[in-house]
Amino acid sequence: MTARLTQATEGGTTVLRFEGALDLASVGSLWEATLRAARAKQGRTLAIDLAAVPSCDTAGATLLAVAEQAAGKAEIRNANPEISSLLTRVRAARSVKAAPKPPRQGNFLGDGLKSAADWVAFVGEVLVAIARAPGHRRMFLVRDLLAYTDNAGVQAIPLVALLGFLMGLILAFQSSIPLRQFGADIYVVNLVVISLFRELGPLLAAVILAGRTGSAFAAELGTMVVNDEVAAITTMGIDPVTMLVLPRLAATMLVMPGLSLLMEIAGVLGMTLVMGILGFPPVAVYNQAIQAARMRDLIGGLVKAMVFGGAIAVIGCRTGLGAGLGPRAVGEAATAAVVGGIFGTIVLDGIFTILYYRLHL
Amino acid sequence: MTDAALVDAQDVAQRFGDRTVFQHVSFQIFPREIFVILGGSGCGKSTLMRQMIGLLPPSEGRVLVLGHDMRFPDMDVLRRLGVMFQGGALFGNMTLLENVMLPLEMHTDLPIEARRDLAAVKLGLVGLADAANLQPAEISGGMAKRCGIARALALDPPLLFLDEPAAGLDPVTSAGLDQLILDLRDQLGICFVVVSHELTSILTIGDRCLMLDKSAKGVIATGDPRKLRDESTDPRVQAFFRRKAA
Repeated sequence: MTARLTQATEGGTTVLRFEGALDLASVGSLWEATLRAARAKQGRTLAIDLAAVPSCDTAGATLLAVAEQAAGKAEIRNANPEISSLLTRVRAARSVKAAPKPPRQGNFLGDGLKSAADWVAFVGEVLVAIARAPGHRRMFLVRDLLAYTDNAGVQAIPLVALLGFLMGLILAFQSSIPLRQFGADIYVVNLVVISLFRELGPLLAAVILAGRTGSAFAAELGTMVVNDEVAAITTMGIDPVTMLVLPRLAATMLVMPGLSLLMEIAGVLGMTLVMGILGFPPVAVYNQAIQAARMRDLIGGLVKAMVFGGAIAVIGCRTGLGAGLGPRAVGEAATAAVVGGIFGTIVLDGIFTILYYRLHL
Repeated sequence: MTDAALVDAQDVAQRFGDRTVFQHVSFQIFPREIFVILGGSGCGKSTLMRQMIGLLPPSEGRVLVLGHDMRFPDMDVLRRLGVMFQGGALFGNMTLLENVMLPLEMHTDLPIEARRDLAAVKLGLVGLADAANLQPAEISGGMAKRCGIARALALDPPLLFLDEPAAGLDPVTSAGLDQLILDLRDQLGICFVVVSHELTSILTIGDRCLMLDKSAKGVIATGDPRKLRDESTDPRVQAFFRRKAA
């Protein structure tokens, strides 16, 4: 376990004398001292005496080879045949230098433009696949559509209902504080209902969908890319967009209006609970809600929700299918799907807001 | 002889539910030996290796590795084993050099320059010195296997387990890997436990082998693989070595 190093000068030669086995356990304590001595030979010849070294592993042989290199030239003395043989092999192993890291191709602007072009191309591929879907009915797997509908929709119901209820409750509590100062407590209903129907219902449902389903799509498709499953689909003459993207797209567009509506109903229930605490019976809340909300608020919100669902599916599928190789790529694709899904939803929401405003909806 | 054994499997069995993969398996592996576990697909070769490296406790019996019962793997014993998994099992977010440096970083107090030098030597030993700065995604399957061996060698273990080292490699790369295993055994005195069904490789490197058979649910032959090929009268052994359909 322990090895020792002593240094002596014999004539014009600096002699480094090792004692004991030179192995991984012992070289750590000798490393710095050996290299210091090897570098400081000051014009003398360096000799490394291994007469008292019974054995050596690759760590010990590496130390000797590194010392030889640090000294420029050194003479190895009294090494037994095994150590000599190992040292020869380690010298050979060290003789090939590592190639530098490959430079990163491309640049920020070029990569950004290419990425934008890829996105446009992918959306184009999806639109073409939708147009061709009637002729490619076999490639559109209905069992996948049902599975994704279940996963993205049915399994999300408890989470969406709970979050919607809490959101309605919080909004009602927060808005009741300023409105009460003006004796306008009942208008809490207007505020909450319109907020939920027009904005928060679709938006929050979309955030949940992006987190649960968009990331799952990206991870699943990314893994398929890594495992060459997508390549296998392509070489079988099957359009991967029709087979893999369209069922997911259809499923999210189907379930999103439902999830959004569920969130709105749950939010109204949460608000009703708060209004009850504030002294307003459910009937009064109901009448106020009917007056406040218009059908076009509800319909407009549901249309937005459907578009958000489609965007999240497209973004999740694109990041998954565009994943690189290796296990890290799948994680990166999933992260990009969530970030991209939420970002895309908010951008689309902004566009809808302008559109609805211009159309007086 | 038992005291010197690096691996001592004692009446080992493995069952998954009602399905018995193998049973009554006993053998010993000694220093400086290249011991090959062979047999057809699904006979339990990799399962037996997983028992030896502490990833799977046997359903019955026990496996002693370096004197330690691997039903209860111990960090001190595990760090004295090197394992190369079938695909290399390299960490995708590290370069090859960083992959090999990892065990040195975790288990030694060597300065970083020393760790880098040592890792570079290990990569040089397997012929990957020039690829040290590449990522696993940028290398071939054969290179990944060799890097897996370099990482398994990082701590100079006395015992190295290789799972299908020759599988999927071209004959030249496979022959190079066989020669590397022989050199490492001869020069570093490492004992190898190799799981393989590549005949050429088995006959080239194996000192002793243990042959598992799926239908027998256990060992059907042990000994020098060349002698088994030439002298065994067991039709299952002959079918394997003569590449005949069973």
